[in-house]
Order: sequence, then C-alpha cells, then structure tokens
Amino acid sequence: MRIVLEKREARSKTVTVLVPIISFVVSLMLGSIVLGLSGANPLSTYGFMFKGAFGTWIDFTETLVKAIPLLLTGLGVALAFKLRFWNIGAEGQFIWGAIGTSWVMVFWNFLPLPLLLPIGLVMGMVAGAMWAGIPAILKANWGVDETLTTLMLNYVAILFAEYLYYGPWRDPDGFGFPGTKRFPQEGWLPRFAGRAHYGLFLALAIAILLWFLLSKTRWGFEIKMIGKNQKAARCLGVSIEKSIVVTLLISGALAGLAGATEVAGISHRLQKGIDMGYGYTAIIIAWMAQLNPLACILVSILMAGLLVGGDQLQMMVGLPSSMGLVIQGLLLFPLLAGSVFTEYRLKIVRKVEA
Amino acid sequence: MKRSLALVCLLALLVPFALFAGGAQESATEAPVEEPYKVAFVYIGPPGDLGWTYMHDVGKKEMEAALGSAVETTLIESVEEGPDSARIMGQYARNGYDMVFATSFGYMDYALETAMDNPDLLVEHCSGYKTADNMSTYFGRMYQPRYLSGIVAGSMTETNIIGYVAAFPIPEVIRGINAFTLGAQSVNPDVEVKVVWTNTWYDPVKEREAAIALLDSGADLLAQHQDTTEPPKAAKERGALSIGYDADMGQFVGESVLCSPMWNWGPYYTATVKAGMEGTWESHQFWGGLSEDTVKLSAMSALVPADVQAKVTEVQASIVAGDWDVFTGPLYDQSGAMILADGEVMSDGDMLSMGFFVEGVVGTVN
Repeated sequence: MRIVLEKREARSKTVTVLVPIISFVVSLMLGSIVLGLSGANPLSTYGFMFKGAFGTWIDFTETLVKAIPLLLTGLGVALAFKLRFWNIGAEGQFIWGAIGTSWVMVFWNFLPLPLLLPIGLVMGMVAGAMWAGIPAILKANWGVDETLTTLMLNYVAILFAEYLYYGPWRDPDGFGFPGTKRFPQEGWLPRFAGRAHYGLFLALAIAILLWFLLSKTRWGFEIKMIGKNQKAARCLGVSIEKSIVVTLLISGALAGLAGATEVAGISHRLQKGIDMGYGYTAIIIAWMAQLNPLACILVSILMAGLLVGGDQLQMMVGLPSSMGLVIQGLLLFPLLAGSVFTEYRLKIVRKVEA
Repeated sequence: MKRSLALVCLLALLVPFALFAGGAQESATEAPVEEPYKVAFVYIGPPGDLGWTYMHDVGKKEMEAALGSAVETTLIESVEEGPDSARIMGQYARNGYDMVFATSFGYMDYALETAMDNPDLLVEHCSGYKTADNMSTYFGRMYQPRYLSGIVAGSMTETNIIGYVAAFPIPEVIRGINAFTLGAQSVNPDVEVKVVWTNTWYDPVKEREAAIALLDSGADLLAQHQDTTEPPKAAKERGALSIGYDADMGQFVGESVLCSPMWNWGPYYTATVKAGMEGTWESHQFWGGLSEDTVKLSAMSALVPADVQAKVTEVQASIVAGDWDVFTGPLYDQSGAMILADGEVMSDGDMLSMGFFVEGVVGTVN
C-alpha cells in the first residue's frame, strides 16, 4: 500500500475554499508552537502583528509603502510565469530600475525639473526591461535555461549597483556613506499619506490593465497558449520567440518600475540597503495569487502586512530579529505547500498482487 | 475560478487576524498607574556582536539600572540602514515612545525624516551631523583611545607592519586610522599601517577574510574598525597579536588582544534620558572624549610590558588634563604635504570631515 498524489481532473469548489483555510490554520498553529517555545503568547503576538500592519491608517500606509514594489514585481513575475518563463530575476530588474531612475535624477542636469520624474520613471522601466531582455533573447534564440540566467544576473545587478554607490556615483558630500546624492526635490514621487506615494495608483492601474490584457485580448490568449502547450501554439502560427522577448521586456519593465518608484518615492537616492529582496518575495506573491493580476493586489498587501507586522515581533514582543524571519517563513510555508492540494489529491493505492 | 480561490484565501487570512486583534486590544488597556518615560533603541547589529551594538546595549542597561522604573525601554536589532529604518522609528513614535536612539550613521536622513514627521519624539542619532529642534547627535572622540592603542601596537610589532581592518572610508574611520598610526609612530617611527576596507560594519565573514589577507601580507598585529571579534580571533589563530575595538575584546578572545579602545555609553544615555524626562532636553551635538568618559582604553593584556603601560598612562593623563590632543602639528599627509605646522591644533570641524591619511598609512581613502 502506498500514498500517491493524483492530479485532480476538475477543481471542486469545496477544495478551492477549504485548502487555503486549512493551510492558514496550519500556518498559525506552526507559528504558535515556535512562539510558545520562545516564550511569547501566540495570540497577543498575532494581535500585535496585525495591529502593526493594519491597526491604524498610518500603520496601513507603511504597509502600502511595501505593497507597491511587491505588487509591481509580483505582476512582472506573474506575467513571465504565465509563459512558463521562470523569471526569478525580478530582484535584478528592480535594481536596474533603481539605477536607471537614479541616473536621470542625479546626472541629467540639463532636463527641466518637472520632466525629471516622468523621464526618470521611464528610464527605470527601460533599464529593468533591458535586464530581463538579456535572458529572454538567450532563451528565445538558443534555448538557454532562464532559471539560471535570471538568477545569476541578479548578483551582477547587485554588484554593479554597489560599484556605483561605493564608487563613481558616491555622494562627494556624503561623508563617504555608500549612496548617491539626494535627488532634487522636484523629482520626488509625491506622497499622498505618510510615506505612501502615488506609485500605488500606478501599480493598481497596471494590475487592472494587465488582467484585462491577459483575459480579454488575443495577446493574452497567445501567452496562455504558449504556457500551456508550446507545440500547439507553434502549429497555430504563434511566434513563440517574439512572444517570449516582448513579454519579458514588459515583465522586466514592471520590476524596473518598482525599483524606480522605490528610489523616487521613498529613499530619494540610490544607496546601500536598496536591495531588500522584493524581487524574490515577488515569486511567492505570483504563486499565491495563482498568476492572477487582480489577486496579486490583495496578496501583495497581505505580504507587505506580514513584513511590516513582523517588526512587532521585535518591537513589542521582544523576540530576536532572526526569530521574526522564522515566524514569517513558517506562516508562508503551509500556504505555498497547500496549493499542491488544490491541483492534486492524495490517493491510497493498494498493491495488487500478481 | 482562480480568482474566487484567491479571494477566499485572502478572506480566510483576515478573519483570525481580526479575532486576535480584538483579544490583544483588551490586554493592552490594562495600563500601569504611572506612565514611565519610554525609550527605544535601534541597533544596526545584534547585541551579541560583542562589539558596537553590544556596547550600546551595555550603555542602555546602565541607564535602566540608574533610572529604574521611571523608564521603560525596548530595542530592535539588525535594522538595515535603509528606508525601513524610517518606518521603524515612526512606529515607535506612534506607539507612544518619547525618545529614540538611532545608533548608526546610515540612519541619518531617515532619522531626520522621522523627527520632522513626529515633533513630539526626541531623536538621538549616533555619529551623524544633521540636527533639528527635536533631533540631536552624539558621538565620542574615539581617536583619543585609538592613539593610546597605537602606542601599544607600535611597541609590540616585530615586523613593523600592522594590519587595520576598516569598515567604510568615512571621516570617523579615517580619523581613527590616523590617530592609531600617529600613536604607533610616536614610539616606532618605522611602523607601517596597512588598511583593508570591508565596506561593512558588521559581517563576521568579510571581517575575517580581510584579517587573513592582512596577516598574509606580513602583518604581525591587527587593529580594526569593525563590530565583531573575528579579526582578533583570526589573528590569534595565526599566533599574531591584535588590538580590539568597541568592547574589551580581550575578555572574549584572550590575552593576544593587547587592549581595546572602547565605548562607554552609560553616562551619556543616563544623562540624556534624564534630561528628556525632566523636560530639560535641548537639541545638541555631543562629542565626548576621554575626559567625559564616553570613550576609554580597556585594561591592557598581561603581554604588554610595564614600561609601555606606563607610557600609555602618561599620554592618557595629558589628554584628560587638556594639555595635548592627538591631532597637533607637525602633521603630514600620505604625500608628505604639511597639514598642520608645529604646535598647531586641528579644529573639531576639520577632524569631523577628515578625508586624508597621514604619512605611514598604506592604503587609499576610497
């Protein structure tokens, strides 16, 4: 007798509803065990986490601050994943977006000040698109495995950014701190509440637009078809190479825009500490949202809430920072693992004696 | 179908959170009778680094012991010197904290942003230069004990090559390297100080790698401007000597650590929090030296001969008495150009923006 996973022919409504709920309960229970072992009251800890992220309007704006880059990178990753192009390079594309925008803000002194922001953001998108374009072209023309190239290019991007802010771009008046000059104030992305900036509405509009394009247009249909069955798509006359490159340019541009809005709206300079792993968290967001752009909105807000609320583990509960990361990981793990059971079911197979 | 799944998933996420939030609120309403003064500390590393953050934590505990139940403190460790630090300081302000100590240079602009947004919060920023009505800076003349440790190092090196594992090429670190070198040269004119930059305050692995590279290039003694005990440990494993930093690293590594220039934040933290409680706090820029007891030299290892110890005590006494300070002419930079004429004393402003190495340092300031 053994237990096997069997693909579900159709997903039943009950399963779709029950699996995430059970996963979440398991998450909370796992977290409770660790919290209990480290001497914290699980209920009040979860309470503090929730209040820290969503408790007041101003706390919520901090959650939104993190949700913006998470949503944009998440959308980029989800789009690439629709094609079954495993773009795990959103982190590098994010950093290139930050670099591109910073280049305009700090060095394009000839621009009239009101143009700094729009041109800066566009340059960020172009830079992100360029960085995603490299693995896309390698994949489309020579079939180079994108998982490796996108991942490796992240490190190249991080090191290149470090070279810039430790080297030629370092603020000469910054007492040596690794970072560029501050952007001129006219180039800052305006904020509407607390530190939450208008990048939020840009990101929301893009999510809706992307949902529309993917579900209602021929282009969206082609992408889904390539993702599901490349051979069939090719037989129907879809140019797979072109689709890969175009889609990845958009995917990279979205991650690039995340980096662009982060420097233009929050840090106002390219500096050490800008690579906070949004591009990697984006992969989790894309999966949890099942690659649906609209679901990405809610998932990225929740994920941002988990990150922001995680501060409370240290601030209010007094756990060490490493424990905060453990708890966050534990809360995610069953949610991701649970998605297996919406697609598959456990089946007990009796060995038939011959 | 997929969309409805996601929605349900999200709702499911929210429901228990809402329930727990209600529960937490109830327990929070049991407020103590008398509101203590609430102070938060933001740390760049963990207090277990046995260096920079450890010493801030020791100072925090001294302050707590001195002020007792009148003060309530909390801390957050390993906060990146980036945009997240503003959120954390802002959250403390919203949670009713009265004072925040931001204990690393890179928090500067975010601390200022927080101070501007929260006029009721008092922000104390360590090692920066920006202030506001409700934001002060505080730091110490670490170059003074570093000069003293240089005397010890210069007397004890045999190869006349001293390695210096250094974090960032910023004035604070450059000033320390220069003071150390001048101290070493005062007893040993042939000494050379080789500098390696790690570009990090706290990274045990990088600190160790840099230490090993310096030992490989002929250094028989290591000094450091890093937050952990890795360089002294690496030196000890190779049978080399070392000078610690931040805390009395000899306690953790052994007598191969000859002495450590160290921080002593307790008196400042106690006085500052007290001023905040009593309403006498005013925006300031504090730069305490040996005479204020903000910095000091640890007890010396048994390996240091008595005559060297006596020399250190003598120089220390003249600094504390105000007869003499480290950056007094004649002083030459690496290229041999004169910076200070004989008897000329460097101003605090020039010290705080120091961007050159003195003669005898091997390395570049970028």
